[in-house]
Amino acid sequence: MSDMTADTAAVELPRARTDWLPLLLVPALGLLALPFVGSPSTWVTLTVAGLAMGMMIFLMASGLTLVFGLMDIINFGHGVFISLGAYATLLVLGPLAGWATADSLGLNLALLLLCILVAMAVTGVVGAVFERVIVRPVYGSHLKQILVTMGGLIVAEQLIHAIWGASPIPIPLPQSLRGAFVVGDIVMERYRVVAVAIGLLVFVGMQLLLNRTRLGLLIRAGVENPEMVEALGYRIRRLFVSVFIAGSALAGLGGVMWAFYRQTLTAGMGMEVMVLVFIVIIIGGLGSVGGCFVGSILVALVANYVGFIEPKLALISNILVMALVLIWRPQGLFPVARR
Amino acid sequence: MSTSPALALPFDETRRRGGFWNAILSSDRPRSKVLSAILLAILLLLAATPFLFSGSQPLSTAAKICVFVVLVASYDLLLGYSGIVSFAHTMFFGIGGYGIAIALERLGPTWGSAAVGLAAALGLSAVLAVAIGLLSLRVRAIFFSMITLAVASAAAVLASQLSDVTGGEDGLSFQLPPALRPAFRLLSEPLFGTPVNGRLIAYYLVFSVSLVVFLVLLRIVNSPFGRVLQAIRENEFRAEALGYRVVAYRTAASVISALAATVAGALMALWLRYNGPDTTLSFSIMIDILLMVVIGGMGTMYGAVVGAALFVLAQSYLQVLMAAGSAALAGLPILPNLIHPDRWLLWLGALFVISVYAFPGGIVGRLRQAGQ
Repeated sequence: MSDMTADTAAVELPRARTDWLPLLLVPALGLLALPFVGSPSTWVTLTVAGLAMGMMIFLMASGLTLVFGLMDIINFGHGVFISLGAYATLLVLGPLAGWATADSLGLNLALLLLCILVAMAVTGVVGAVFERVIVRPVYGSHLKQILVTMGGLIVAEQLIHAIWGASPIPIPLPQSLRGAFVVGDIVMERYRVVAVAIGLLVFVGMQLLLNRTRLGLLIRAGVENPEMVEALGYRIRRLFVSVFIAGSALAGLGGVMWAFYRQTLTAGMGMEVMVLVFIVIIIGGLGSVGGCFVGSILVALVANYVGFIEPKLALISNILVMALVLIWRPQGLFPVARR
Repeated sequence: MSTSPALALPFDETRRRGGFWNAILSSDRPRSKVLSAILLAILLLLAATPFLFSGSQPLSTAAKICVFVVLVASYDLLLGYSGIVSFAHTMFFGIGGYGIAIALERLGPTWGSAAVGLAAALGLSAVLAVAIGLLSLRVRAIFFSMITLAVASAAAVLASQLSDVTGGEDGLSFQLPPALRPAFRLLSEPLFGTPVNGRLIAYYLVFSVSLVVFLVLLRIVNSPFGRVLQAIRENEFRAEALGYRVVAYRTAASVISALAATVAGALMALWLRYNGPDTTLSFSIMIDILLMVVIGGMGTMYGAVVGAALFVLAQSYLQVLMAAGSAALAGLPILPNLIHPDRWLLWLGALFVISVYAFPGGIVGRLRQAGQ
């Protein structure tokens, strides 16, 4: 044992090797789909649309996988934060309705940003309560976690009904985010471009936070070995709670994007998309943010390509992708070491 | 260690003394006077519903309770006895319903086609349960929950999209075999003032099949096989170390549970003369099942009876009560919204969360504790 430490002290620390294979899947999939789709312009349209869809799924799924990775908590009530984030836009859209109809890109984007901030604040606060009341008593027992978070989901969904009413609420997209850019034969919906930008921003932000900051270091260490982090004098509990809050806020952010995409609010919208979210985090490897990113794009691209080539198959394409990935790597694309 | 005489003797003793009831209930008695009384009351009320109440609403409620007792008991085999959370239970429920509906619609309203439909549904359910089990049960229990959720939602989408076969969102209405139609008369004279028609026969078909399947499930969980499932639930690693093949046992449990759910689905379709996504496949039914099993009592089987009866009654009659309460509180902010009749699920959801924390044994566990 002492030899080992002497050795590693002498030479430079081994760098973590990047697992390129799963990353190559995405461009490989795109190239594979090209001949089946036929025209390159359609292919670009489909790909951009798929990327945007993937980004939105990633926004909604990233919080869940982060929470699972760090706390070993599977939150089946995650969907309710998506719904809640979506409904929180009403708090902004109500008083600032003028900003949405104004024909100014600046005002419209500011409105979107404000919606996102409010939604993240609301879901963050509710997340803190949810963690305290629902989740904390059942650390360590997956069975109870699933049951209790399901129960939390039922109650919270009903509360949304009680507060905002049970009928679907239409929300219009801000004026200048409607329509599409047309470059030659390529059609890109403006909102999807915005979604890609926000998704990428969040992904890069999360990667920087996780890999380049002290907080990220602690989080990653907590995933690997929580007892050791605690033994070194850090309050792992506080870290856990803040990650849970961050995860909920990310779900709220995803909820806003998803709400403007669907342009309708229903209390069940979060739970509906949770199926995709679960597929994505299973494909990516439970707990892996990078895997979640690759998984989201993979699932969305496959859904888009298959929907274009063979619409009937699109319904079960997600399941097929998941089954294939699990046969190849039973723990997902990027297995997280500890579990 | 596992077969110490001290443990084995009293067990045989009770079995010998108990006679009839132990033979019926597989020596797993309610073990609480209050619980016995409740179960007996539910059984007698269900058996006598056609003669006690008039009109179709009570009879439909009773039939629904019977079907859900089977559905929830089969789910309890998974959740309570094996410690697996599946979200695909409604898929098997739906397969049973669609099996009967498609067969009776396509092959004509005969008993033969009902049998064909049920057999095909059971076969499909078994194959799917094995496939899902082998794909996901070997990795981690938590995968199973998520994968079953994904598969079940894919099945629901599939059922609503393949409208040529399943009738899509509208579902399928179909004719029953002649003996089950309301126009059929078994006796020309009413019995105790109730006409003995096809509807009555259909009800007793649902009732007796449900009773038999429930008793079979009770037998299974009290068999050596059921004990192994409980051992795996308590400590998977130790069970494996003792030489039990955990994946095989869990897969077998999920197959048995799926088959029972399929039978329940077939009964539901037979009773409603209709099957569609909303009656058997929707995710809200899955949530209902979860509520029933947890509130009734996980891992007790009798919890399924109590939970299903309570839940279905609440679904039909709690709303009336809440409407009264909501009207009384009109004028106050938000409060009337909280006890609006449509928010009944809110309160059952809260009860569910409290049950998981405070009484993991649900109502049945609570009654048994109080009895001791």
